[in-house]
Formats: sequence, structure tokens, C-alpha cells
Amino acid sequence: MADHFTKNMARNIYYGGSFFVFLLLIGLTFDTMLELPKRDHRENITAAVVQGKKHWEDNNCIGCHTLMGEGAYYAPELANVFDRRGLGNEETFKMFLKGWMAAQPLNIPHRRQMPQFNLSEQEVNELADFLIWTSRINDNDWPPNIEG
Amino acid sequence: MKYASQQVAKPYFIFALILFAGQILFGLVMGTQYIIGDFLSGYIPFNVARMVHTNLLIIWLLFGFMGASYYLVPEEAGTELHSPLLARITFWVFAVAAVATILGYLLVPYAKLAEITYNDLLPTMGREFLEQPTITKIGIVIVCLSFVYNIGMTILKGRKTVVNMVLVTGLIGLTVFFLFSFYNPSNLVLDKYFWWWVVHLWVEGVWELILGAILAFVLIKVTGVDREVIEKWLYVIVALALISGLIGMGHHYFWIGPGEYWLWLGSIFSALEPVPFFMMVLFAFKMVKKRRHEHKNEVATLWALGTAVMAFLGAGVWGFLHTLAPVNYYTHGSQLTAAHGHLAFFGAYAMIVMTIISYAMPIMRGRPQGNSSSAQRLERFAFWTMCLSMIGITLALTVAGAAQIAFQRLPESGEALSFMATQEKLIPFYWIRLFMGFVFLAGLLTYFASFFVGKTDKLSHA
Ligand code: HEC
Ligand code: HEM
Ligand code: HEM
Ligand SMILES: [Fe+2]
Repeated sequence: MADHFTKNMARNIYYGGSFFVFLLLIGLTFDTMLELPKRDHRENITAAVVQGKKHWEDNNCIGCHTLMGEGAYYAPELANVFDRRGLGNEETFKMFLKGWMAAQPLNIPHRRQMPQFNLSEQEVNELADFLIWTSRINDNDWPPNIEG
Repeated sequence: MKYASQQVAKPYFIFALILFAGQILFGLVMGTQYIIGDFLSGYIPFNVARMVHTNLLIIWLLFGFMGASYYLVPEEAGTELHSPLLARITFWVFAVAAVATILGYLLVPYAKLAEITYNDLLPTMGREFLEQPTITKIGIVIVCLSFVYNIGMTILKGRKTVVNMVLVTGLIGLTVFFLFSFYNPSNLVLDKYFWWWVVHLWVEGVWELILGAILAFVLIKVTGVDREVIEKWLYVIVALALISGLIGMGHHYFWIGPGEYWLWLGSIFSALEPVPFFMMVLFAFKMVKKRRHEHKNEVATLWALGTAVMAFLGAGVWGFLHTLAPVNYYTHGSQLTAAHGHLAFFGAYAMIVMTIISYAMPIMRGRPQGNSSSAQRLERFAFWTMCLSMIGITLALTVAGAAQIAFQRLPESGEALSFMATQEKLIPFYWIRLFMGFVFLAGLLTYFASFFVGKTDKLSHA
């Protein structure tokens, strides 16, 4: 590296530059926090949605599935499963999910298996409410199509 | 070895490598389940194997970083470690907590584990990479604090070299950003937003400081190049890493709720993230070219160069491949993500840990000029086997990812294949990945063997 570019200059860029950019990140984060209520529809986070998220976490669904494209890539995307399997109708989706959860594991030889979680009807309904709320987050129109 | 207390690094390195082997075994289980879905599925469901695989990875890398720090900080600072006893206690606390957590994953259903560890008191479980019970997370924080305290005190009483200062900022950052793992709001969007403050700000932020510092240390040792030159490079590399990487976090904010300006910010800043990785390559090769002495531990130099190159490929090239928003729209959460995750984690962080082990272990075992030439030959063979098979895994997953996008994402709804139907079509690529995984395992076993051969050889370079 050129000699007139000294170690002190490099150090100042390191401490000064990263500090400045970090402040910028904090600023952008504040701005995002102000914008998010319009995009995540938090007014619709009911007690059931909160419980649903908890069942989602307690059973580690993310260990096989993606949710909004994040997680594991072993099983279908679930942020839009409400649209895919429930056709956008809440009752239909709840019926579907109840049946689906009860039928696991499908035990089709050599097919990927989803375990049986032994959830109560209420717990499955709460999971459904969580997935329905998730499907309505404004996520800049991801995924590209219904298959996720 | 200049200071007796550097020796505390040894158990850290050994334990790290044992966990690494465990990680690979569970990777192979998953690689098989990808093809034969019911393989062991009643005993080790895929999600369990995945938690074990990724958590072992993170834990062994942390053990590696700790070992590296305990080894190099005293030498850089020119003083004994503040408290070797504390370092030994920390080792056992961390090792026991790690083993208990992994056994917990394997022995009880996850929901049960959440229950018996009182997850409800402070729910933090069930999120990718952060699956550890809350109590384990608290343990990790305590271990990190004790570790950072020990390292910090050592630096305070000794020379504050650039390597030490960059390393310790990285370690403090690691600890501080991990605290975000305790924030788990019921609003999924906020949860995800700050989840990345652990994951992205680790691997594309503070861990890069740790990576740069360890690399610089090893290069100083094996090349004998003037410290002033190396330190200037180090500052520039880590500066660019943070300047691009902090806001580069926006490449994860495209499709999870945050507003549209992140499409621009994330794309532009993260597109610059490969620059510091490229500079690492220039840096490593330049320093080796300008070397002032021929260190007889040649394979350590090979690891240092290899780390720079493989990190650039995995993080720089494979990262850039999917980081622009219009591309990421189609690649997000596909096998391409997995391809990148593997090459980047291996090339940057697994390899930097093996670099410092390759340099420091022989010294701690009383071989200041490296292992015998037969051991080095074996280690070099292991290096190439692991690097090439990891590139093989990456290429197999890249092709799988491209095909997945073509079948499942590009066509309109109605025309596109379903997720599961697409996966069936990808099976040939998954066979290649699995085969490459076994080659990787062979490379890893060869690497382990290199620690045990050539003891009785006349130390060719001694
Ligand atoms: C061990 C891996 C695994 C875990 C853990 C898991 N799943 Fe699944 N899941 C699968 C697989 C595999 C499929 C696809 C099954 C098939 O098509 O035969 C699936 C399919 C689904 C589907 C249907 C998706 C579609 O579009 O067809 C839903 C809904 C679902 N899972 C919900 C859940 C929920 C909720 C949880 C957590 C309580 C969960 N899964 C945990 C593996 C898993
Ligand atoms: C050698 C054999 C290996 C095999 C067969 C293997 C296989 C797998 C599989 C199947 C997954 C899950 C992907 C999914 O979610 O669907 C995974 C995840 C992961 N593995 Fe491996 N792995 C191996 C080695 C490694 C190594 C050496 C590293 C790093 C040093 C690594 C790092 C990771 C990471 C970071 C993830 C999470 C990826 C993500 O979330 O995108 N693996 N691995
Ligand atoms: C050594 C450094 C890096 C490591 C260890 C790493 C690792 C990872 C891992 C494990 C994931 C998957 C996360 C998940 O499971 O959701 C990921 C995602 C991603 N990485 Fe990296 N990465 C590194 C550097 C980079 C760089 C430099 C870039 C850009 C140039 C980049 C771009 C991305 C993008 C865009 C994603 C999101 C993929 C998606 O949308 O699914 N990464 N990275
Ligand atoms: Fe990132």
C-alpha cells in the first residue's frame, strides 16, 4: 500500500468510518421502526397470534421450513401457505391445518417426513392465526408465485 | 512459545476439532434425509439434525476463536495471560454447557426441552441458529464475559498492538450483539429484524475483525514481514468490512417487512462487501511474497493463503451472486442460500480456526518449526481434500438452487412445480452433495491423522 497513506490514516478510517456507519444504521433503524406499523399490521396481533408464534417456536417448525424465506430449505415455505392451502379463506385454512397436523407423519416410504406434534385443536387454531397474520405482512411481494 | 500461559489454548483447539467431527456426522445424516426422507426420521428428525449441525458449528468456532485469542493475545501483548485459571474454568463451563445442550436436542422432543428449561419465563428458543435453551444462552454470555475480561485485562497490562486491538473489538462486538438473541418480541417482523443483528452482524461484521486479526498474526509469524505494513493492511480491511457490512445487513431486509428503501441500501452496500474479502487475498499473497524468512511450518502458510481465497469465494463471490435485490427475489431461501452458507462459513471461519491451529499446535507440542515433513504432507493432503470437496458441495447446491428456481420460482402460479415436486427433481444433485460430504469426512479424518503421524521421525527441520 502506498507510503503516503499512513497507518494512522488507516486507523482513523477504521474507528471513525465504522462509528459513522454504525450511527447511520441506528438512524435507519429508527426510521424503519416508525414505518413498520403500516407494513406489519401489528393491530391484528391478537392473543391467538401471539400464542401461535409460541407454538411455532416451541416445536421448532423453522428447523425444516422457511418462513418468509428464512429458516431451513427442507420443507415448503409457510408464510404463504394460507394462500396456497387455504385459498385465502380463514375457515378453509383452519380446516386444512387441523387435518394436516393430525395426519402426520404421513409415513409415505422414502418421502420426507413431518413429525407428529400432538397439538390440541386450540393450539392448531392459534398456529393458523399466526400463519394467517404472517401472510398479510407487506413483504414487497415475495415470493414470486404461490409455490413459495 | 513465548509465555507458558499460552498453553491454555490447547484444550480449546482439541475440543473444537472434536465438535467439528460431530457437526459433519450430522451434516451427513441430513444429506441422506434430503434424498431418503424417512432415513432415521423417527430417531433424529431433520430439524433436530439441523440444530445439532449448525449449533455444533457455532460452538466449535467459538472454541476456536477463544483458543486463538488465548494463544495470540499474550504473545502480542508481551505478557502472561491475566488468569490462566479462569481460562481453564471457562473452558469446562463452556464444554459442559455445550454437551448438555446438544444432548438435550437429541434426547428429548424440542417442545419438552423448552418446557423443562423454563423457556416460558423468557422465551428465546425456536429461532434458526438461536435454538439454545435460554439458560444456555445465559451461560454463553457468562462464558463470553469471562473470556473477554481475561483477554481485556491481558491487553491492558501489555502492549496494545493493532492485532490485539482489532481482535478485542471483534470479541466485544461478538458478546454485545449476542445479547440481541434475548430479544424475541411477539411481532415476527421485529423478531426477524433484530435476529439479523446477531447473525449478520456476527458473520459480516465483528467476526471479520476476528478473522482479520488472526490472519494478520499468523502472517506476521510465518513471513516475518514488518508489522507496520501488516497492521496498515489489517486496518483497511476491517474498516471496509464494517463500512460495507453494517448497512449491507439490508440484503436481509428485502422480503421480511421493512420498507422499500432497503432494496437499494441493502443491494448497494452489500455489493461492496466482497471488497475487503478480495483485499484479504491480495494481502495474504503479498505478504507471503515479501517474506523475510522461510518458516518451516509451510502448511500453516498454506492454510493462511487458503483461508483468504476460500473466504473470498464463499463470502465474496457466492455472496455477491445473490445479494442484489432483483436476483435475491428469486434466490431467497433456496438451495443457493445453502451453497453460499457452506462455502462462506467453511472458507472464512472454519479455515481461519484451522490456520491458527496449524500454526500454534505444533509450537504448543514442542515443535517450534512445525511438524515433521511427513505430518505436514498429510495435513496438506487433508487441506486439499476438504477444500475441494467443499467446493464440490457448493457447486452441487448451486446447480440444485438454479434448477429449483427454474422449476418452482420462475414460472407463473399454476405452471410452477410445487416445492416437494421440485425437490424430487433435484435428487441427482443431492447425491453429488452427499458423495462430496463423504469425501469431506475423509479429508477431516486425514487431518486428524496428521496430528498423530511422524512423531518418531527425525524432526526434519528442527
Ligand atoms: C422434521 C421436519 C419438519 C418439521 C419440524 C415441521 N415440518 Fe411441516 N412439513 C415437513 C415436510 C417434509 C412437509 C411436506 C410434506 C409432504 O408434502 O409430504 C411439511 C409440510 C407442512 C405443511 C403443508 C405445506 C404445503 O404447502 O403443503 C404445513 C402447513 C406444515 N408443514 C406446518 C408445520 C408446522 C406448523 C410445523 C411446526 C409445528 C412444522 N410443519 C414442522 C417437515 C417438517
Ligand atoms: C460435509 C458434509 C456436510 C453436509 C452433507 C452438510 C449438509 C447440510 C444440510 C443438509 C443443511 C441443511 C440445509 C437446509 O436447511 O435444508 C446444512 C446446513 C448448514 N451447514 Fe452443512 N453440511 C456439511 C458440512 C458443513 C460444513 C463443513 C459447514 C461449515 C463449516 C457447514 C455449515 C452449514 C451451515 C452454516 C448451515 C445453515 C445454512 C443456512 O441456513 O443457509 N456444513 N448442512
Ligand atoms: C464469511 C462471511 C459470510 C458468512 C459466514 C455468510 C453466511 C451466510 C448464511 C449462513 C446465510 C443463510 C442465513 C439464513 O439461514 O437465513 C447467508 C445469507 C446471505 N448472505 Fe451471507 N455470509 C457471509 C458473507 C456474505 C457476503 C459478503 C455477502 C454479499 C456480498 C452475503 C450475502 C448473503 C445474502 C444476500 C444472504 C441471503 C440469502 C437469502 O436471501 O436466502 N453473505 N449468509
Ligand atoms: Fe448478510
